[in-house]
Amino acid sequence: MLQIDLWKRVVIWGLCALGLLLALPNAFYTRVETSNDAVAALESGASGGGLEEQAGLWPAFLPSGLVNLGLDLRGGAHLLAEVQVEDVYEARLQAMWPEVRDLLREERDEIGTIRLQKTDGHELRVRLNQKPEMAARAAELVRGLARPVVSLTGAGASDIEVSVDGADIVVTLSEAERLATDERTVKQALEIIRRRIDEVGTREPTIQRQGADRILIQVPGVGSAAELKDIIGTTAQLSFQPVVTRTGNADMPPGAGNELLPSLDDEGVYYVLEQAPVVTGEELVDAQPSFDQNGRPAVTFRFNTTGARKFGDYTAENIGNPFAIVLDDEVISAPVIQAHIAGGSGIITGNFTVEESTNLAVLLRAGALPAGLNFLEERTIGPELGADSIEAGKIACIVAFAGVLVFMMLSYGLFGVFANVALLINVALIFGALSLIGGTLTLPGIAGIVLTIGMAVDANVLVFERIREEIRTAKGPARAIELGYDRALSAIIDANITTFIISVILFTLGSGPVRGFAITLGLGILTSVFTAIFVTRLLIVMWFERRRPKTIEV
Amino acid sequence: MRLRFFREVPKFDFFRFQWATLGLSGVLVVLSLVAWGVIGLNFGIDFRGGTTIRTQSEQAVDVGAYRDALTPLELGDVSIAEVFDPTFTEDQHVAMIRIQAQDGQESVSQQTVAKIEAALQQVDETISFPLVESVGPKVSGELIWTAVLAVGASLAAILFYIWLRFEWQFSVGAVAALAHDVILTIGIFSVLQIRFDLATIAALLTIIGYSINDTVVIFDRLRENLIKFKSTPLRDLMNLTANETLSRTLMTSGTTLLALIAMLILGGDVIRGFIFAITWGVVVGTYSSVYVAKNIVLMLGVKRDWSKPDSNQGNQFANVDA
Repeated sequence: MLQIDLWKRVVIWGLCALGLLLALPNAFYTRVETSNDAVAALESGASGGGLEEQAGLWPAFLPSGLVNLGLDLRGGAHLLAEVQVEDVYEARLQAMWPEVRDLLREERDEIGTIRLQKTDGHELRVRLNQKPEMAARAAELVRGLARPVVSLTGAGASDIEVSVDGADIVVTLSEAERLATDERTVKQALEIIRRRIDEVGTREPTIQRQGADRILIQVPGVGSAAELKDIIGTTAQLSFQPVVTRTGNADMPPGAGNELLPSLDDEGVYYVLEQAPVVTGEELVDAQPSFDQNGRPAVTFRFNTTGARKFGDYTAENIGNPFAIVLDDEVISAPVIQAHIAGGSGIITGNFTVEESTNLAVLLRAGALPAGLNFLEERTIGPELGADSIEAGKIACIVAFAGVLVFMMLSYGLFGVFANVALLINVALIFGALSLIGGTLTLPGIAGIVLTIGMAVDANVLVFERIREEIRTAKGPARAIELGYDRALSAIIDANITTFIISVILFTLGSGPVRGFAITLGLGILTSVFTAIFVTRLLIVMWFERRRPKTIEV
Repeated sequence: MRLRFFREVPKFDFFRFQWATLGLSGVLVVLSLVAWGVIGLNFGIDFRGGTTIRTQSEQAVDVGAYRDALTPLELGDVSIAEVFDPTFTEDQHVAMIRIQAQDGQESVSQQTVAKIEAALQQVDETISFPLVESVGPKVSGELIWTAVLAVGASLAAILFYIWLRFEWQFSVGAVAALAHDVILTIGIFSVLQIRFDLATIAALLTIIGYSINDTVVIFDRLRENLIKFKSTPLRDLMNLTANETLSRTLMTSGTTLLALIAMLILGGDVIRGFIFAITWGVVVGTYSSVYVAKNIVLMLGVKRDWSKPDSNQGNQFANVDA
């Protein structure tokens, strides 16, 4: 007969209560959000400004997890960036040149003089001027510079490949090294983007890696994708390079191992610089906005110990020579070294505004992006559009809900009321589960909930229709209810498993709003099966036990 | 007083017009494919790259003036459409502007967007831009593939699951019904030139989910009846099954449609296309469960000996207990 063990009842009601409790904060969204922000601020050491009061808006013993609102509901900026991993190959090869040069110079007696050839950046090409027949020997020497690749997949391989092409030796990065470099580059870029966005301090940004070389950035509350790009799009590659000469000729051939870069402030002024930098921004430990002795905005910086030593040695050896401070392929300034700079700190001056110097300091502190970013997708969603959508979604939800409730009650009477109670619990459970897993509610997600409302009654309808049929074949009410549930179960399970498969596929392949839809649809299926099979049934059984009706009408 | 579709189990003959209905479905599928081929889909920027800008203004939208403002910028193919919606307030005038992907750029550059915004502000001072989206051709190409893959994977997964739980004839019938639903939806999107984007793909998959739900419920009942009435002709059994499940089918479609129509009217214009696709799919899906899926199973025939160890239990899920 209709019996449900006490422990099962406790578990069912317990789950419902838990779901309701987890869903509760969402009913007081702004209040809980203010409170959460205040608590976070207090934890990070801030105080005063009514923070304690704000934190007290929501009692600490209640759960405070909220459903995240997607960008389409809250407004903000979305960027999909592709990291140009090839950029790094060139820098890596360039960085090898001094090493190769020093090595081969030591062996000058054996292989004669050498010269670096101009290339497109994918290889390092060194020509033996006097003894081309010794190329094989030179290549062998250069091979000695190879290091093992540091990665799981590329273990055992070495980082460079050295080949001989006539009188030239050609150094390229090995395939394993490229893969390892790509991996490192993307991870580094991800980390640096995260740091820069954190420096600016916005709420709950999403910064995710997608695929091999892409990064998805979603920041709620930022005015536009353009603003976001200003923060993360700048590479901020800082380097200090020796100056060969200064020129007004934009087409001057710089010569091998050198490059021609424009001046940032003086139009028409170009510098020929040695490509290999003395020190780079990677060796900075701190950068702060400040003012120079003339009271103009500037940025002071400090090197780490290795950077400080290199910088100190170089300045000691090159007093009287100019050197250039280069940011993203533009020369900020090219002062003449006046004295040996020990201690490893310095100042960058230029025609900065206060804002520019502050930004530059932020970028330098967060570190340079290892490679440029190419933006594949940009979306800006204004907050008012999201607010409109939430409003429309709310109204639609309420109307849909009311319609379904009335329809069910008219169709199934008391049993319809049971189903309606289960439906209310169902929606609460969806919100509870979303809060628990930190899911994101998007506009299609709201549609998913509305659809779930419609479909959630399906399981109940299946059961009730079945009970009706069983009553027709004149069994007792208890037996009819029991058979109704038993017989409807396979249809419910099969039907919902197939829909669940779809939601899993949607989740796997979709992104952004579509994924949000998949989450609510999937959760909705789980909760609606739970409420239909367990909650409604328990309600019916409890009612049945109290009343013991001789006949039932469904 | 209860709201009921039927007092007793109805006795419609669903297969009286078996060939006519199957023929109608066939014709609709062909027409949809023709529309798809000839008119083509109105792809959103997700699938063909480019930029869309949503403008909002207190003044009425003057499409001609917008166009005149944008022509000097030489952006190639520009489409401007005013958007109407019952949820808008009196002084809310919205338009969507779409610009093709610019040569040699992955996403439309900020300068271009800034120029467009400046040009439009010349026309209308109160204009604002609540939505600016830009997708590069590289991503859009991949998104198409992902979409095709998603639909294909869903169909394959369902084919397999139904085959596992039922018989291969059911599996073929179900997937034919799903393909029918998907193609008809693509057809109506071609004919009405509704924007077809990533959200539409999500809608297609939802349609697949809903339609299979409906089909499976009927199949499940058919399987049960096949066990119960071993000697009744298949055609009569199918009719019986359709009649027995008719009330439930109408109830479920009814509630779902109720919810969807509320969303369609009140949900705002941003997701109207998405909701429309699902609504259409629910209607088509309900129809196809009976007239496509079962028709095909009827044509293919099924095995009639379903005697399993505990055949009156139906299947292994029946042991799940509350």
